[in-house]
Amino acid sequence: MIAELGHIALIMALLMALLQGAFPLMGASQGVDIWMSVAKPAGRAQFLFLLVSFGALTACFVNNDFSVEYVARNSNSALPLYYRIAAVWGSHEGSMLLWATILGLWTAAVTVFSRSLSEDFLARVLGIMGLVSVGILLFILFTSNPFERLTPVPPDGNDLNPLLQDFGMTVHPPMLYMGYVGLSVAFAFAIAALLGGSLDSAWARWSRPWTLVAWLFLTGGITLGSWWAYYELGWGGWWFWDPVENASFMPWLVATALIHSLAVTEKRGAFKAWTVLLAIFAFSLSLLGTFLVRSGVLTSVHAFASDPTRGLFILILLAIVVGGSLLVYTVKAPAVRDVARYSLVSKENLLLLNNILLVTASGSILLGTLYPLILDALKLGKISVGPPYFGTVFAPLMAPIFLLAGIGPMFAWRESPIGRILHRVRYLFPASFVAGIALAALAWDETDFKMMAGLGCAFWLAASACLSLWSRIRLRDGWLEGLRAQSPSVYGMTAAHLGVAVFLVGAVLSDRLSQEKLVRMAPGDSVMLAGYTFHFLGTETVQGPNFSAQQATFRVERDGESLELRPQKRNYKVQRNMMTEAAIDPGLSRDLYVALGEPLDTNAWSVRLYVKPFIRWIWAGGLFMIAGGILSVSDRRYRLPLPETRAVAGRAASRAI
Amino acid sequence: MPIERNPTVTSHMRFAIPLVIFILLVVLLGVGLTLDPREVPSPLIGKPAPAFSLPEVAAADRTLSLEQLKGQVFLLNVWASWCVSCRQEHPVLVDFAKRGIVPIYGLNYKDTRNDALAWLKRFGDPYRASVFDEDGKTGIDWGVYGVPETFLVDKHGVIRYKQTGPVTHEDLENKILPLIRELQGAA
Repeated sequence: MIAELGHIALIMALLMALLQGAFPLMGASQGVDIWMSVAKPAGRAQFLFLLVSFGALTACFVNNDFSVEYVARNSNSALPLYYRIAAVWGSHEGSMLLWATILGLWTAAVTVFSRSLSEDFLARVLGIMGLVSVGILLFILFTSNPFERLTPVPPDGNDLNPLLQDFGMTVHPPMLYMGYVGLSVAFAFAIAALLGGSLDSAWARWSRPWTLVAWLFLTGGITLGSWWAYYELGWGGWWFWDPVENASFMPWLVATALIHSLAVTEKRGAFKAWTVLLAIFAFSLSLLGTFLVRSGVLTSVHAFASDPTRGLFILILLAIVVGGSLLVYTVKAPAVRDVARYSLVSKENLLLLNNILLVTASGSILLGTLYPLILDALKLGKISVGPPYFGTVFAPLMAPIFLLAGIGPMFAWRESPIGRILHRVRYLFPASFVAGIALAALAWDETDFKMMAGLGCAFWLAASACLSLWSRIRLRDGWLEGLRAQSPSVYGMTAAHLGVAVFLVGAVLSDRLSQEKLVRMAPGDSVMLAGYTFHFLGTETVQGPNFSAQQATFRVERDGESLELRPQKRNYKVQRNMMTEAAIDPGLSRDLYVALGEPLDTNAWSVRLYVKPFIRWIWAGGLFMIAGGILSVSDRRYRLPLPETRAVAGRAASRAI
Repeated sequence: MPIERNPTVTSHMRFAIPLVIFILLVVLLGVGLTLDPREVPSPLIGKPAPAFSLPEVAAADRTLSLEQLKGQVFLLNVWASWCVSCRQEHPVLVDFAKRGIVPIYGLNYKDTRNDALAWLKRFGDPYRASVFDEDGKTGIDWGVYGVPETFLVDKHGVIRYKQTGPVTHEDLENKILPLIRELQGAA
């Protein structure tokens, strides 16, 4: 009964999305107010029905209703309640429903925080989001209905994939989807502005907070995903250049470019056509990511169940949404005029360079991800593109970005005398790299040039971020007043750039300094690694709610300090899956990581031991970037209504076109 | 040095570039949908089968080695009693064994002897013999990464075909049987 209710609510949501997609867009182009006024109530009603639908599926999981096929496949009566709720998005159908519900959430948010938007602009934005929603809901209803019944009803369910029975994995998908789908708002704003001919700095200012919020969720989702891969997959790695990871990283890079480009369009009225194109790219890459993950055209460690019908459906959806928006761009963009004038050496052009580098980086990942597919399609054989390609291509593209991010904030709009900026950093720049080289040589390895370069970049980024903040503060009388006078966006930018530096330290040091050993150990054995002694004390059997595990105890000692680690090898009863549960002692300067491999003869195990210096800094960098995003969004200027005259003029202008 | 921007000079066509690239991408993805990325060619195809000498499942004191199997075309099926997909595949193999075209040998992978024997008793035994690969070492030599897998080996002991995942009736008729006929025809 509850399942049918959810199904009906989903159909109702589709009808609302159709209303929301059709009337407001027609009304905006014909100038019919009553059609445009459908947008808000239809958007809110759509969200309400989606909530009911999502709630119904959740209820089926909570009640262990195994007559629903999706529940039977992904849950079990022994599964704890917390994971039964998280299992709602544990597989394809439910995660698509989550996708749709989050799109509804964003739609509802736009209807609430839109008082300063002109009526026809809002109608277009909601209309476009409605059309996207129609596509997704049709996809769910026709190919991936989570409410299908199953006869005969099985006595118990198949259980949730053990890899997903974990805190990080329960929070990661909603967070990532908030980011993916949030980019649809920036996308809808861009298309609406193109359609209405109102690409101006007001449009850029409206877009910025939405883009920032989507970006910070995306940052959070990727950070969580990387952290999860580190502790759950049991290999000690934190990024695998897997197609599914790339699918989330590409929109992140483009969204980062978009944030910077929107700043130029807002402040200077420049790069309008380019900014619109970035907004289209960012959301298109989100959809492409969904296609790559859900269609099974690429193999991935994330082996999701795939189905060609679904793949075809998403491909058609992708073709319509992206193709349609690029068609609008082709037709409308030539009429867009940039009014700004600026010199070759200016903040505008520096940010353009940043954009080009970020988009190129994203493009190189897209190429690497699709290359096996291209070869296969051309019958040139099967290959897989791995970390060597991405490492070689990505690092040279990112290095200039790190250098530019340091001096970018010091440049002025319009025209910036390069001599003065070079003069300002004449000590800081060489000092950063000398410090990087000295630290690497004295503390670790005097021949490791990669480490020196990486640390130098990180010091430079951090020092220059502080310098540019300091030079803003110095303009005021006292430093306290100077601190108070800065807008939150300045702190946001500084925090985000510091985050990149922190991330870089973690990525470089953990890559260069990690030590690992794969050893055979029996109880009583000891192994030395990086100055730590790992004693294997023995194993015992422990019982979990839906698994039993062999739990080993290790005592780790160094210079009198001592701690215990308890990795497990879990056997999930229903899925008959062996899972490695690594034991980690986290620390600011190093992680100790122990994972059990295979049981060998009489009590002995193969054991993987890792000492990973500074690896936490990778995710700490992500947290800094998120904090930066939150600070920037909290800037008051995004919540001020536009001066009335401008809004009216903008509306009149958009009517005229 | 201010940059003059004159949009009438640049052709409007450049705004169509993203659209054109995207259309090419869609065509590529469309072709990609018709392909199966899981069809991974085994590096062992065309190479001599890795040697083994293992006890049989039915009798621990009898050993069977690759040398004894040479001179005939045969199928080697990797199976285990804990493997669910094997259960789906098993009737196909039992039927095929009755037709007596080629012998099927089993490689019982990381199993226990009792479970394996009980399983054969319950679902039927299509194998001329099954060898017992308790620690999976022979499986590793043969590049097994999931059970079931099936190898077709020719008279000279060279691997000619490998199927990852359960063998279906269609696979047998369309892929494996034609290849067997060809190999049996060859001198």
